Amino acid sequence: MLDGVRKLGQHSIDGVWRLGVAMRLFALTLLHSGICLRRPQLVMREIFTAGVLSLIIIVVSGLFVGMVLGLQGYETLQKYGSESALGSLVALSLVRELGPVLAALLFASRAGSAITAEIGLMKATEQIAAMEMMAVDPIARVVAPRFWGALISMPLLAAMFSAMGIMGGYLVGVVLIGVDEGSFWSQMQAAVDFRQDILNGVIKSGVFGVAVTGIALFEGYDAPPTAEGVSRATTRTVVTSSLAILALDFVLTAFMFRGA
Amino acid sequence: MRDNLVEIRGLHFAYGNRPILKGIDLTARRGQVIAIMGSSGCGKTTLLRLIGGSVRPTQGSVEVDGQSLTGLDQDGLYRLRRRMGMLFQFGALFTDMSVFDNVAFQLREHTNLPEPMIRDLVLMKLNAVGLRGAHGLMPAELSGGMARRVALARAIALDPMLIMYDEPFAGLDPISLGVTGNLIRRLTDTLGLTSIVVTHDVQESLKMVDYVYFISDGVVEARGTAAEIKSSGLPFVHQFVHGEEDGPVPFHYPAEPYGVDLGLNHA
Ligand SMILES: Nc1ncnc2c1ncn2[C@@H]1O[C@H](COP(=O)(O)OP(=O)(O)OP(=O)(O)O)[C@@H](O)[C@H]1O
Ligand SMILES: [Mg+2]
Repeated sequence: MLDGVRKLGQHSIDGVWRLGVAMRLFALTLLHSGICLRRPQLVMREIFTAGVLSLIIIVVSGLFVGMVLGLQGYETLQKYGSESALGSLVALSLVRELGPVLAALLFASRAGSAITAEIGLMKATEQIAAMEMMAVDPIARVVAPRFWGALISMPLLAAMFSAMGIMGGYLVGVVLIGVDEGSFWSQMQAAVDFRQDILNGVIKSGVFGVAVTGIALFEGYDAPPTAEGVSRATTRTVVTSSLAILALDFVLTAFMFRGA
Repeated sequence: MRDNLVEIRGLHFAYGNRPILKGIDLTARRGQVIAIMGSSGCGKTTLLRLIGGSVRPTQGSVEVDGQSLTGLDQDGLYRLRRRMGMLFQFGALFTDMSVFDNVAFQLREHTNLPEPMIRDLVLMKLNAVGLRGAHGLMPAELSGGMARRVALARAIALDPMLIMYDEPFAGLDPISLGVTGNLIRRLTDTLGLTSIVVTHDVQESLKMVDYVYFISDGVVEARGTAAEIKSSGLPFVHQFVHGEEDGPVPFHYPAEPYGVDLGLNHA
């Protein structure tokens, strides 16, 4: 009994400690971000590895999710004779929710895990220590460009996901099932509001981007410098950031779309 | 200019509450090759990390080029480190960059030299370690010995005043061993460096070092020039130099009596 309490206390202290270390890394990263302006090619490289290389999975998943939305949406809407609203249903679900959330989940498992593994391995093979010995701050040279590169990529990927999803919905709804094309697009245009829907979606994916890259960088930087430590950290990145995305999504949605 | 590039006085260091170094005095004169020897786990790598300033002593002082490391902030430390090179045991090359970019790393980070000049400098440094032809390879395509030589070229890219080598001979074949030993000596003499070499390889290092420190149990157990060490009568040094299995340094990690562990007789 006493042992259990002690373990619980130990875990809480460890948790708070790690949170503190994470916040410190986050603050240092922001503090050392000047290098990203001075040498934009460093960020460019990370946008390529985190963003461009994630495009395939984002495009394909977006297309399929949109197609499923088209099918399911039509099924339900036609019961009420309002299948012309299919366009707005597909677009709103994607832009508000599915685009940012699913793109972030995919991003966490594709790019987030890669960031953690890369930084963890750089630590395990003493590349980080070597960099410090060469008087180059690894937080500025390694962490900050990855943070900004991934952060910039996230909203773009989410937008890509939504656009592909709308294409998928169009393919199934209009081309395959035969919903009227004019009402599909015009209803969509009328229903989607720029500030309320698109801007909020972008804000969401920005917040998810900070969460995913922050967690991925911290886990990599904090990983024990062994093969086992790195692999566990990689798993933790995917699990923690997925949970963070879903929890944050609930909070953000509650604030953004209350009574709208 | 002082004679001594590195001066260590009464250095104590502990990981947590486990003392590793218990009062080390060590000096490295400019232009010399200093060897640090001692059995595995006695704190040699730790000593290099202390000289490089990546860990701080619990007691005592480390001075490099007349500057005390204990009083330096990160900027001061980084300024000093630009003039030090460290060779990690497995090279620690950046795996996402080619050999060329690895050697060019510090030049690009710390100078504004134009790219053609960087290219010339990099090829010169690679030539010094005999790997100019390998500049287009990736670190994964190098053997362990080659990787270490590239790391050496990277360490001398900014013409440092001090290079620290962590076990440069480990895992090399006899030819590469001799080559590496000569290389360290030659670079030290031609570039006017000072070198600190951590090594287990007594025979190879005694051929080329100026001064040797033996560390045991956290203190300097013996010291002297290569000739003095070879003819030393100290049992500890004798055992080390001649590679004898038993002596003051036991072969066995402390354990229960053998018989008890095997269950033959009960204590
Ligand atoms: N980060 C660390 N935290 C705690 N203990 C450590 C750490 N690094 C090393 N040690 C301990 O400090 C002691 C000295 O380590 P060090 O790496 O300096 O030995 P070494 O002389 O270089 O050994 P070797 O010749 O095997 O490389 C070892 O017993 C090791 O267990
Ligand atoms: Mg060592």
